[in-house]
Amino acid sequence: MAATATREEIEQRVFQALEEFGAEPDQIGPDAEFESMDVDSLDLVELAQIVEDEYGVQLKGEDMEGITTVRQAVDLVMSKLG
Amino acid sequence: MGPVNVESNGRPDGCALVTGGSRGIGAAIVKALAAEGWPVGVNFRSDSESAHAVVKEITDAGGRAIAVQADIGDPEAADTIFKALEEEFGPVLVLINNAGVRADGLSPQIDDDDWAKVIDTNLSAAFRLTRRALRPMIRNRYGRVINIASIVGAERANPGQANYAASKAGLVAMTKTVAAEVARRGVTVNAVAPGLIETDMTENIGDGLLQHVPARRAGTPDEVAACVRFLASGEAAYVTGVCLTVDGGLTA
Repeated sequence: MAATATREEIEQRVFQALEEFGAEPDQIGPDAEFESMDVDSLDLVELAQIVEDEYGVQLKGEDMEGITTVRQAVDLVMSKLG
Repeated sequence: MGPVNVESNGRPDGCALVTGGSRGIGAAIVKALAAEGWPVGVNFRSDSESAHAVVKEITDAGGRAIAVQADIGDPEAADTIFKALEEEFGPVLVLINNAGVRADGLSPQIDDDDWAKVIDTNLSAAFRLTRRALRPMIRNRYGRVINIASIVGAERANPGQANYAASKAGLVAMTKTVAAEVARRGVTVNAVAPGLIETDMTENIGDGLLQHVPARRAGTPDEVAACVRFLASGEAAYVTGVCLTVDGGLTA
């Protein structure tokens, strides 16, 4: 599963998760900042969990440091997928 | 593991895990949760016979339970136990950190091993299990972590139990902190602090204490289990970060 995930798929999955966390759908986009969507640290922990479950990518606390936008998060997952 | 089906009683499908569930307070909690309809994992370290007897009692009554051997002092144990239960019953949505040990002595005589063993089993292992439990609980928007603490600790000094008291006070502090971290995901984290309860573990320590208990008797494992059953229920959704004392008035 991990090998076939495309950038678009991961981005869509992140969008879906953000909506689940309560972000306003019209605010969600690749360059949206987590903070401006009221996505907090616990949400990011859950996002890391979703990515781990569905793409087999482990994201540690230190990996997530400095990640403030959806695009950065997707870049991180893509780099971990290799 | 995505969000799971919600049963008609308003809680998702999943199971409960009780560490140290083969005897005493743990066994009483196992039976109380099974009676509430939870499939239960009965963790035990050494007393296989008692653990299987508890499981048999539940299955004979039409409930679901399995015994899971693991020494929670082993850092790998959390994953082993959770995987076994996830395979059998689905996500663990109720975690009871009950397993505990004592290695009493006046402080000048508590050696490093007796200190470390008690802190590791009673506090560090409870943290490792809680950490492992939280992820599925957060994903499912339902979770109950209940840590069995003690009035010995933050509430009361009991000479000869510096290691035990430190572990239990730490457990209560951990309870409150984790409760605040995950409250908005429908996950509650509470502690229950028993006083003098009649079990194998409290044999020989109760005699001097009994006269100080306003209720003038020791409590029973079932009386502790009743508190746990409430905190594990859907009705206790707004109770989090507390330590519920069950001590016949001893610390009142």
